[in-house]
Amino acid sequence: MLDALTHIGTLHYLLVAAILFLIGMIGVITRRNVMIIFMCIELMLSAVNLNLLAFSRLWGLHGQVFALFIAADAAAEAAVGLGILIAFFRNRTTVNVDEVDLLKW
Amino acid sequence: MFFLHNLWMVPLLPAAGAVLMLLFGRRLGKSAVNAICVGAVLAAFAWSALSVAQFVHAGEPRFHLSLFTWIGSGAGQLMVSLYGGGQAEFVVRAGMLLDPLSAVWLLFVTGVGALIHIYSTGYMAHEGGYYRFFGYLNLFMFSMLTLILADNYLLMFVGWEGVGLCSYLLIGFYFDRHSASTAANKAFITNRVGDAGVLLGSFTIFWLFGSFDFVRVTELARANAAHLMGTPILLFATLALFVGACGKSAQIPLYIWLPDAMEGPTPVSALIHAATMVTAGVYMVARSNALFVLAPKTMMVVAVVGALTAFFAATIGLVQNDIKRVLAYSTVSQLGYMFLALGVGAFTAGVFHVFTHAFFKALLFLGSGSVIHAMSGEQDMRSMGALARKIPITFRAMLVGTLAIAGIPGLAGFFSKDEILWQAWSAHNGEFRILWLLGVVTALMTSFYMFRLIYLTFFGQGRMSHEVEHHIHESPRSMTVPLIVLALCSVFAGYLGVSPSIARIVGLHGQTNRFEHFLAPVFENHAEASASGGVVKEEAPEEESTPIEYGLMLLSVAAAVAGWMSARRAYANTAQQVREPIAIAAPPVYRTLLNKYYVDEAYDYAITGRRALGSTRLGAIGAGEALWKFDARVVDGGVNGAGWLTRFTGRVSSWWDKWIIDGLGVNGPAFVVRMMSYPTKILQAGLLQWYALVMIFGLAGLLWYYLFHLAH
Amino acid sequence: MTPVATPFFFYLISGIAIVSALVMITKVNPVHSALALIVTLLASAGLYLMLYAPFMAGVQIVLYAGGILVMFLFVMMLVNIEHLYVEKKWNRQSLLALLGALSLSGLVITALVRGAHTLPQHTIALEESTNTQGIGRLLYSATEGYYVFAFEVASVLLLVAVVGAVVMAKRRV
Repeated sequence: MLDALTHIGTLHYLLVAAILFLIGMIGVITRRNVMIIFMCIELMLSAVNLNLLAFSRLWGLHGQVFALFIAADAAAEAAVGLGILIAFFRNRTTVNVDEVDLLKW
Repeated sequence: MFFLHNLWMVPLLPAAGAVLMLLFGRRLGKSAVNAICVGAVLAAFAWSALSVAQFVHAGEPRFHLSLFTWIGSGAGQLMVSLYGGGQAEFVVRAGMLLDPLSAVWLLFVTGVGALIHIYSTGYMAHEGGYYRFFGYLNLFMFSMLTLILADNYLLMFVGWEGVGLCSYLLIGFYFDRHSASTAANKAFITNRVGDAGVLLGSFTIFWLFGSFDFVRVTELARANAAHLMGTPILLFATLALFVGACGKSAQIPLYIWLPDAMEGPTPVSALIHAATMVTAGVYMVARSNALFVLAPKTMMVVAVVGALTAFFAATIGLVQNDIKRVLAYSTVSQLGYMFLALGVGAFTAGVFHVFTHAFFKALLFLGSGSVIHAMSGEQDMRSMGALARKIPITFRAMLVGTLAIAGIPGLAGFFSKDEILWQAWSAHNGEFRILWLLGVVTALMTSFYMFRLIYLTFFGQGRMSHEVEHHIHESPRSMTVPLIVLALCSVFAGYLGVSPSIARIVGLHGQTNRFEHFLAPVFENHAEASASGGVVKEEAPEEESTPIEYGLMLLSVAAAVAGWMSARRAYANTAQQVREPIAIAAPPVYRTLLNKYYVDEAYDYAITGRRALGSTRLGAIGAGEALWKFDARVVDGGVNGAGWLTRFTGRVSSWWDKWIIDGLGVNGPAFVVRMMSYPTKILQAGLLQWYALVMIFGLAGLLWYYLFHLAH
Repeated sequence: MTPVATPFFFYLISGIAIVSALVMITKVNPVHSALALIVTLLASAGLYLMLYAPFMAGVQIVLYAGGILVMFLFVMMLVNIEHLYVEKKWNRQSLLALLGALSLSGLVITALVRGAHTLPQHTIALEESTNTQGIGRLLYSATEGYYVFAFEVASVLLLVAVVGAVVMAKRRV
């Protein structure tokens, strides 16, 4: 048991990544403020990166390349998302995601 | 044979008088009315007398004149199946039958009718509606003559109804008087009850014999006497006919109309309710003697009813104060005698009594009319008295009539009444002796109340007011002459029917009992009938007369004299206050008799329903009320109930529609859908985070499944 | 090369990462949350370093923390401050969400722990000093890696995103 704790293996990194991912997930589905939801999404992506990097130690550098692409993608997505937010905010003057319920029809 | 062959003229003459009165009467003066109407009846009498003379001369048993087919079969014949099998054609031919029976009736009806018409010219001289009165009288004569001369039951019934109608019209002559119109209704309705019996009897006779014709029916009855003796159907037919006779001839229980009929003018009472109409019942029974002889039980009923009626009416007559009422009850009583005679089989005696009674009763009524005329309209004997000297002719005439009715020897009533009593004693081995006893007691009472009438009216002290006393005068000749004529008839008519026993006493040989001989062919019911038990008058051999007969004769005379003497003792010297011995001796009895045994009241309770027992009403009016209540409550209640039911159904239907159909049927599924969609609805709130959460739930579910269900 | 005091640093850095992540999701003020996220990303970069991926660590710091988060802060600054506050912190279904998330966490962790034995035991020795070259070789070389096309596409994607963001955020006059 102690060995499992002291000897840091892949699993540990995976667990940390999972925990971060799940925290980000909780934030997404729980918070009202849309800025914070965005940030939690970024956190989730970051956690996925960590996961990939942990695997890349086992199977080569491909994981890191993948993580690089994810990072680029995250940046693009954050830019566009914030653009959408600003466009939306111009009309509604609120960042309460509960009021964004126009999709129900 | 001219008059005989044109016998149809006899009823036609008064009919013409009636029609002329109907059409022109209003415009005619009194003398014209007299000429037409009285002349018509006088002519009818003359014609009848001549016809009868020609008939007797011809010597045939009967004369038949066929007039026309009344209810006929032309092309299609109406066949009716009879009681004992066989078929008969239903056809009624109107015709006239003149045989000894109808000859007797014809003569006294037209004769007395003519006298009364003459009398009425004097009596009704100061009354209104003169032409109407004579028109009705002539109509009555026509109906009565139709009745007498008819040759079959249905035509006789036409006359029967006609006399009933005329009785109604004449009783209610003073129609502005409520009592008069009520009395007229009573007479007509009571008669109607009897008429039902006549019709039933007539049709039963047709059903039995296939014919309504008197001659034919008599022939068939006598031919099949052995078969028919005592059969129930004949019993029914004869009883039905007798019920009709009770109605017309005022026997118990249908006599109630006769006393009230005194509301009509006195000539009407004399003609219709004394001499002619009320004898129609006797005529019918005598005409059907062949049938009655074959129904011994009916004969017994006839005799008992007759005797009881005679007794009953006489008791009531003892205490009546209205002069005409006494005579009315006397009529009922004498009619009872006639039926007693018929019932014991003494048909001839009964018919003889009809004959003599017509004379002295008409005389008594006309005399009382004369008294009332003299008394300026007063009819109550308690306000009369000491009139003998003031109206002598009336007095003497009425005395003659009273002697006749009481049965004092020498006058007509004695002969006929005595014959009846003797027959009652001796008929059929003395079965009817108790009825004889009733007859004797009734004779005593008859004598008593008739002499009471005489003493109260003509003797004693005058109890009238001064004004009335001043106006007392003898009646005009038009009234007194008929009185005299009738008085003579009352004396001498009896000699037509002197029985052999009396003749032996008096020494009148060879002229005995012409009446009976004259009528013999009508009543010759053969020996077979008597042998098989029918009630037939005993063929007493002419030579023999038993001592009993003389004894009975003496007894009846003694009864008459006893009645006279008691009346004399009680009433001869009546002063201002009339003292009634019965009232002194037994006041409750007096009260009961004075109120006519409360029979009218009983009828009002039970039959007509004019008086109610508390809150319930019986009788005809009660039935009407019950039907009305039934209609109002049950039938209308049913209708209302149907209406209520419809409204109620509408309410139920609307409730059903509102709550069940709309509530459950329409709103229910909507509600369910709404409920069911609620969870589904919240899944699609439009919120992104909710969608994300749902995805997470899905993921968790998958993971859970993979971890725990697939791994092992 | 054997890591030095690996468990200690691992637990320290991952602890900082997790704690600041938790801080991030519980703060009302988004600026605070953004700062907490920056700390988390820096800690992640530290973890990347421990995983022999220095390039990624650098990218993380430069791109995520220095680019994306700064962009977030810029946006927060441009938007009016008072409108950044919402009435309530947690939304309507937060409880249910927490429940679901925790259950998922439990499941995921269970899956990881159970399936850990399937992973290969030995790690590949990754060159630290030549990490960047190795990634470059994979990215650009036609013979070793096949990610040239993906690289180009990624750059087009970035272009599109930039254009899109500009279009979206542009004030319509």
